[in-house]
Amino acid sequence: MRPEMTAASLDAAARTSAERGALARARLLRGLLPALSLALVLLAIAWLNPRAISYFGFSLMLNLAIPIALATIAQMFVIAGNELDLSIGTFVGFVGCVTATWLKDAPLIGAAILLGSIGVYALLGALIHLRNLPSIVVTLGMSFVWQGLAILVLPKPGGKAPDWLLGLMAFKPPFVPFPIIAALLIGLIVHFGLMRTSYGVILRGSGGNPAALGRAGWSLLKTKIVLFALAGLFGVLSGMALIGITTSADANIGNGYTLLAIAGVILGGGEFVGGRVSPIGAVIGALTLALAASPLLTFMHIPPDWQVAANGAILIIVLAARVLISRKER
Amino acid sequence: MPRGNADIIRLNGAEKHFGAVRALAGVDFHVGPGECVGLVGHNGAGKSTLMHMVAGTLTPDSGQIGVHGDTEDNYSVSRAQQLGIRCVFQELSLCPNLSVAENTRINHASLRGFGWRRKASDLIAAKLDEIFPGHSISASDIVADLSIGRRQMVEVARAFTVTQDRLDLVILDEPTSSLDAHTAGQLLAFVRRFVAGGKSCILISHVLGEVLRNADRIVVMRDGKVVVAAAASAFDRDRLVTAMGGAEARQKIAAEIAAAKPGASPLRVRARPAAQKDGTDLVACAGEIIGLAGLAGHGQTDLLLAIFAAASRAKAGIEVTAPVALVAGDRQSDGIFPQWSIAENIGIRSLARLRNGLLISPQREAELAAFWQKKIGIRTPDMNNNIFSLSGGNQQKALFARALGSDAGIVLMDDPMRGVDIGTKLEVYDLVREEAARGRTFLWYTTETEELDNCDHIYVFKNGRIVANLRRDELTEEKIIQSSFGDAA
Repeated sequence: MRPEMTAASLDAAARTSAERGALARARLLRGLLPALSLALVLLAIAWLNPRAISYFGFSLMLNLAIPIALATIAQMFVIAGNELDLSIGTFVGFVGCVTATWLKDAPLIGAAILLGSIGVYALLGALIHLRNLPSIVVTLGMSFVWQGLAILVLPKPGGKAPDWLLGLMAFKPPFVPFPIIAALLIGLIVHFGLMRTSYGVILRGSGGNPAALGRAGWSLLKTKIVLFALAGLFGVLSGMALIGITTSADANIGNGYTLLAIAGVILGGGEFVGGRVSPIGAVIGALTLALAASPLLTFMHIPPDWQVAANGAILIIVLAARVLISRKER
Repeated sequence: MPRGNADIIRLNGAEKHFGAVRALAGVDFHVGPGECVGLVGHNGAGKSTLMHMVAGTLTPDSGQIGVHGDTEDNYSVSRAQQLGIRCVFQELSLCPNLSVAENTRINHASLRGFGWRRKASDLIAAKLDEIFPGHSISASDIVADLSIGRRQMVEVARAFTVTQDRLDLVILDEPTSSLDAHTAGQLLAFVRRFVAGGKSCILISHVLGEVLRNADRIVVMRDGKVVVAAAASAFDRDRLVTAMGGAEARQKIAAEIAAAKPGASPLRVRARPAAQKDGTDLVACAGEIIGLAGLAGHGQTDLLLAIFAAASRAKAGIEVTAPVALVAGDRQSDGIFPQWSIAENIGIRSLARLRNGLLISPQREAELAAFWQKKIGIRTPDMNNNIFSLSGGNQQKALFARALGSDAGIVLMDDPMRGVDIGTKLEVYDLVREEAARGRTFLWYTTETEELDNCDHIYVFKNGRIVANLRRDELTEEKIIQSSFGDAA
């Protein structure tokens, strides 16, 4: 059947292609914003200290970027389901303590504890869904539980990372520094899993319109459990990577990660509600934060006392730019 | 019973209570193969509840459900899908963060594994081409970027896509409420083809003409019961309205408007659309009801929003001389505060008057809410209930109460009546005219030509410009269609 092209439908077609072009441009701009902010930070570093832009310089500056990126991905899974995890920092600390003690001394028990903690995360997801509890409250409570457990496992700073983990994190590939390769891998694997697979669509849909998903016959309990279990998994990876770099642990080692992870997700183009997240953006956001956190500010000769505030200022500037671009989108 | 001509679905004595509210009181309902059943009734008559049961999203408190001649004891959404029953719900049920193809995947568990994205894209694109030729929607578009009309097109097309499960019955709940006349016609023509092919549809619409022209059989509901069910040929418009218990006939409106001719009154709004090249202005005086007509999305909403913005910050080309309130068209995203009670949703536009010192006085808020509950007839046991405890039409009434209860001299209405039943509509029309007689000005964008009968003056829009300017006595549907589709000068 051939449609009759009326003047109206021709008009409509012309109008939509123009509209769509504008929307696509704004979307592209917003998608590029995390990469642009990273490039900006890199340029600033290159300008302040050209010698930092080298294999060795990047290895050093991005040293802590891997655990931050992993914790950011963990937080991203939780945010994808319209929840927030305030316990990821102390959880990373707890995992770190277990890694530096049990996992080295009794690998089987250590592995069982870590797997069990992922199970606890899954149960939290179930609890939050079934009792309709605010995730902020539940995870805030859990943050004290993880902190307490970490202190029980390792009352004083110490312990030692397992040798295989030390070896892995000290890996020096040719040409490209390890943190960059690791970040790329993490970003691409999670992007494929969440953005390209058919179940990834369901996971993101559970943040976009849970009621619609339920009506289509999907279990929202299952999506929440899966999202929280994934957060637990990446939290465990983050804690292990952190100990692989620092070689020993401390119960407070991960405390700053909660806010860094949230900031990384948002910096990377994610939104708190609506299932809008971007794994590659989140990794880039984490890298930006890792670089802006101390190398950049140190090169700018900003005294350590002011670095936290300066870090916050950078966040505000980038997020404000994002809001301006999103507003143009409408 | 031979399976070949068994009813697709049959409900016997279905009952449902929500707390103290009885939504369904023992309803018998069935749909046979190859028929289009029209379902009409007021908001709150129980249509949506009944359809949720057919679709498996609600289970009846008592009563039986039989599908294809077999009794179903554990009926659910996924069971309904297996048995070939789908529903397009009134509230859009797409995920705005996903693409059109990804939204299609959500309804088809079998779209997975390697190449699922390609398959989903082809499936939805083919169905959109079939139902809405010339639709200009791409499968990779993110739903949030689509206009509300296009979202509805995607939602409808998605319901008709088939993978492994059979498809026998599609429930269309207000499928044309956000579509313009052209696309609505395409959809209804498709429904006729679908039914002619031996499949079935349930069509719920408040546009009675649509139901009369397209349904084979019409079921009328009132107060949770089926009051009449008969072949469509047995009905005409007036019989249908009477059966629904719809208030007075439309003639009364015309007579009332003719009687109340406003004299010269002070100017309230003078506005020129941004795209307007000639000197045409939209002019509204105190006590006037001004209609904004034309195809959906041709600049009517933009102008209303510009007027709304101009009320608080001076803007070139727009003159506004009184406080403004807006009744949003997309009430889920632009109108309602989902976490708040009905009373709070009504009071938000009038906080200055509800204040007691620095705080909001709960007593005054409750008084305001109670006044409007009575005046506009919001059906709820308690105004402190969450706004979502109301049916769609009653939610819309609460939004009207918000605007009319405020100090606004100018009320902007952005097609607020879509998906609202005829009884509620007539009540609100009365209220609008009553308020206009007291000197309020209404700017009313509507996609339903019948509503323009309430207006004193109509501006027809095309491509963001005013292309025609009609007095009510000059108004005919042909004139509007002519100006909407004709070449703009």
